[in-house]
Amino acid sequence: MKTLYLALLFTPALCLSAGKPAQVTAQQFVNLQQGDAVFPGFRRAHAKGICISGEFHSNGQLAGYSKASLFNEGVTPFIGRLSIAGNNPTAPDLKSPVRSMALSFAISHTEQWRLAMNTPPVMAVADPHTFYQQIQAVQAGPAAIQQFLSEHPEASEFRAWAAQYQATGSFAAETYHSINAFYLVNSNGEQQAVRWAMQPTVAVPASALDGNDALQTEIASRIAGAPVVFNWVFTLAEPADDEDNPTKAWPENRRQVTAGQLILTGTTAQLEGDCHAINFDPLVLPSGIAATRDPILRARSAAYVESYRRRAKEQLDGALEGSNND
Amino acid sequence: MTNAQTTDSDRFSLSMRLFHWGMAALVLSMLAAGLLMVTSLQPWQLTLLNIHKACGVIAILLVTARLINRLRHKLPALPKELSAWQKTVAKVSHWLLYILMFAMPVSGYLMQYFAARPIDIIGIFRLPAALQVNIQYYSLFRELHAVLAISLITLIALHAGAALHHHFIRKDTVLKSML
Ligand code: HEM
Repeated sequence: MKTLYLALLFTPALCLSAGKPAQVTAQQFVNLQQGDAVFPGFRRAHAKGICISGEFHSNGQLAGYSKASLFNEGVTPFIGRLSIAGNNPTAPDLKSPVRSMALSFAISHTEQWRLAMNTPPVMAVADPHTFYQQIQAVQAGPAAIQQFLSEHPEASEFRAWAAQYQATGSFAAETYHSINAFYLVNSNGEQQAVRWAMQPTVAVPASALDGNDALQTEIASRIAGAPVVFNWVFTLAEPADDEDNPTKAWPENRRQVTAGQLILTGTTAQLEGDCHAINFDPLVLPSGIAATRDPILRARSAAYVESYRRRAKEQLDGALEGSNND
Repeated sequence: MTNAQTTDSDRFSLSMRLFHWGMAALVLSMLAAGLLMVTSLQPWQLTLLNIHKACGVIAILLVTARLINRLRHKLPALPKELSAWQKTVAKVSHWLLYILMFAMPVSGYLMQYFAARPIDIIGIFRLPAALQVNIQYYSLFRELHAVLAISLITLIALHAGAALHHHFIRKDTVLKSML
């Protein structure tokens, strides 16, 4: 009996030996992202954004691949956020090289789906520790980033994309990519690795834009005039494709399925909207969608929640102070 | 060693001993997993997080069963040599341990609830969450979960220290009564 008790006490050691020592922690990562200037209450990454709302109109094409109810033919509302990369919530919209779309489907009390997508189709690097070095290089300036990229051959597809990418004149005209792959799981338990993109249905040249909040002003007035539509297109992997490597796109000829249309019908400034309070952690998944082993994807939850914890606490502290002053 | 011998009446019942050591293993694993998963960017972080949440559900069921079991059993008396204040400290610390064993999973669940994150229990069922996020309640329970965890670690250290003190210094039957 005593040996049993002793053996039980060693089970925590199993947890501790489950993985290699972490190279970069979530705290270190978020410290690097937030930089020296902290903007209390704001995201440590993609700090500047605007809330959106609308509906996903599913055509039912994907229902055979995933049991997630939003892929049945029908309509699911969402709250989302259009943002630019960077830690500064007042940065000029047009300076950021990356634009983003995040979505939250509150399907039911037991099913939620959060998505966070960027304009590039692939990552430059394949794991969070090298990504950390990439951000350090970006912060150090153009020479450092050139040096970094030349030392990382896995960045070649990202570089090719960056060389031909032309920023458009609207959030409505960009393509937003999942970058990381996920599994669709159907009711027979069959898995299909996929990536997806939100493909625009309008073309807007960059030239007409001006001002610090150019993209936000443009999208707000565009949506006020008429809904903005994206096609939600899934690319299906074949067995030869590596779903765990975000630096490599799958071949062009892979089957694509359009699951339906994302229709944006409203915008709200982020401090007045519902999106500011949401952690768009891409690993909040409904049944019918599952995470791959992609090391970048797997690192996102811990980093997003570290940023979320910090800004949530700042908001709570702010609210408590506010009520003391009343 | 000249430790006092135990008789059946000054030992905890078998069920209480099994609950004690089983939950000791669970709680220490949960604390280790919790501290590890909030810092790690490794691919197994997600797996550990999911196990942590599932074990949290097991923990609240176990501590409820354990409390009921405890209320139905006679406990061995504390050594007569202990002063009244020492006995009070012992009893209060035990009730604090129970309170923390309840408060840990409850605060953990509430923080997920207010972050609108349903909890998947190893693909079998899901615990509900709010439809809409309340970031201030999330923060309150997130910070509480951390403060409670630190309190629990401290209390467990004192508890284990006291047990060893009884055994090796006072040489009474307190530790043996739980073996
Ligand atoms: C290891 C890799 C990554 C790390 C550590 C990371 C980290 C973060 C962090 C800390 C936030 C702020 C979260 C919050 O406070 O709510 C964030 C936001 C965001 N990230 Fe990432 N990220 C990573 C990869 C990616 C990738 C691959 C994409 C695109 C596919 C992406 C798209 C976004 C978007 C769109 C947001 C803003 C979401 C919103 O509007 O709230 N990130 N990221």
